[in-house]
Amino acid sequence: MANLGGQHKSHDMGLHQEQLSGRTQQIFFSPEESDNFVYPESFEVDFANRAEFDAGEMTIGQVNLKIRELMQAGHGHIVIKNPLAKHSLGVGILNRLNLEFEGSLGYFGCGLIDGPNVRVHGRVGWSFGENMMAGTAVVEKNAGSTFGAAIRGGDLVCKGDVGSRTGIDQKGGTIIVGGRSGAFSGFMMQRGRMIILGDAGINLGDSMYDGTIYVGGKIDSLGVDAVPAEITDLEADWLERKLSAHGLKAPNGAKNLQKIVAGKKLWNYDNLEPTEKKIVL
Amino acid sequence: MCGIAGLIHRGGNAEIGSEMTSMLQALKHRGPDSTGFALYGVPQNGDYMLRFKVAEQEDMAHGFDIHDEVKRRKAEVDLRIQSDGTKIVTEENATEYAFRYRVQFANGASEDQTKLKRLADYIEDIEGAEILSMGRGLELVKDLGDAIRVSDQYQLGTFNGTHAIGHTRMATESDVDIRSAHPYWAYPFSDIAVVHNGQLTNYWTFRRELERRGHRFMSNCDSELIAVYLADRMASGIALKEAMDLSVSELDGVFTYLVATADSLGMAKDTMAAKPMVLYESESFVGVASEEVAIRSIFRDEIDTWDPYEGEVMVWQI
Repeated sequence: MANLGGQHKSHDMGLHQEQLSGRTQQIFFSPEESDNFVYPESFEVDFANRAEFDAGEMTIGQVNLKIRELMQAGHGHIVIKNPLAKHSLGVGILNRLNLEFEGSLGYFGCGLIDGPNVRVHGRVGWSFGENMMAGTAVVEKNAGSTFGAAIRGGDLVCKGDVGSRTGIDQKGGTIIVGGRSGAFSGFMMQRGRMIILGDAGINLGDSMYDGTIYVGGKIDSLGVDAVPAEITDLEADWLERKLSAHGLKAPNGAKNLQKIVAGKKLWNYDNLEPTEKKIVL
Repeated sequence: MCGIAGLIHRGGNAEIGSEMTSMLQALKHRGPDSTGFALYGVPQNGDYMLRFKVAEQEDMAHGFDIHDEVKRRKAEVDLRIQSDGTKIVTEENATEYAFRYRVQFANGASEDQTKLKRLADYIEDIEGAEILSMGRGLELVKDLGDAIRVSDQYQLGTFNGTHAIGHTRMATESDVDIRSAHPYWAYPFSDIAVVHNGQLTNYWTFRRELERRGHRFMSNCDSELIAVYLADRMASGIALKEAMDLSVSELDGVFTYLVATADSLGMAKDTMAAKPMVLYESESFVGVASEEVAIRSIFRDEIDTWDPYEGEVMVWQI
């Protein structure tokens, strides 16, 4: 019963609708084991130990290497000046770290990160935070397309407008957009939550498998198999808390956000693993 | 992949040659095969600027008599230009095969689109000859290599003007040659040029239709279709913005393109929004490019930029 209660709660909070029952229900990860939270080659850093450098005349590789060297030296707070919209900065950081960019980033910024808290005092290009696994990344201005593509965890926030295909293939975590999001946002979403406080472009949530999208403004059109749903009080509370943590508010209160989920009409898979299927069939 | 860029100074001239060179060099990783510029200078005395080539760059490495042949072709172009009283005011050659002429039409013939077309067709009837652009402000330069190489070769660094578009090309569906390089002049309309990033999937349908209406295609590149398409629609009397709006619904595929006219810069993005475009706009300047890094190559300080949305069409004037 305790498990059932937990499952209802997760559904009420818009976590997911999928009823899993096979091997995927098994626990592969134990939060009790502290080793699970630290990568083997991660560095011991002190958040009070601050360092900064100017990236204006550096190559992408030099900037990323410099971040690694500073972490290795124990710096837990790194500030990068003049990133000048260069691509692929701050990628692959699997460490606790406070990372700040005093300017804009180009494509693929901060992809594949697991753990750092990132703040970008500017704009980011396409695919910021792609495959992010944990941590927090906040963009103060606008973002390009495919913001948060395939993220698995953490909070990814853009306080301005974002381009198209936001959170394409999202597998977990929370994406928050302070302004408008373009066409095909939430395309093929699988898990997690997306909160768009402004308007959403055409084909929102197209072919989504699971997960939940909340929209504060106008939705140009819903995609295939994306359907409206009722927002629960538990969800509204969670949304208020989540948004306020990033200094944001739903335009008419969290309870009045539009909630979009998968209609399940496209679900043509079952919960069995291939090996289990052979046994059953 | 390809990279495109555009800029317009609203209310003044600037060194657009060096600005566009910086922008396109920053996009070199999107396409190293060829680079092209459509630069809009200050019109002088109603004269027309004519940019043309009489051979491909790679032709120059083939054949014993190619050097004499290009001289013969160029002499024939001169004869045909002057045959109806048009005067060649100045001439320059940045390369052995590409030329820049300032011409003066007799009796205001330049106002007549039919006569412009007749002259262009007459010149292009010469083997190897191709008009790259014809216009009062437009000068179109394209060649193999990156932006700095082409800019140095054609001495574009000091080019002064109001607006420009440019392209770095990664050849995917047609050859690596000047003919397939962007920008494309919207023949026979003076001062209209197009650059494009994407793929058109109904290229042949539209090309056959446009050819039936008398338009000429110099390449098999789908980007040329956009220039000819816009020229065709504008010939029917509709405005640039309206023609661009139509293109978003009529052209299939994924695309982002820039178009420039004598006094405007326009941008269109398809409804799938699958091709990138970043925009910066201030009171005196507009910059658009496939990537922000191109715009930041001329603005070192932080600026506010954003992505235009799906199906969006925008036009700015000088």
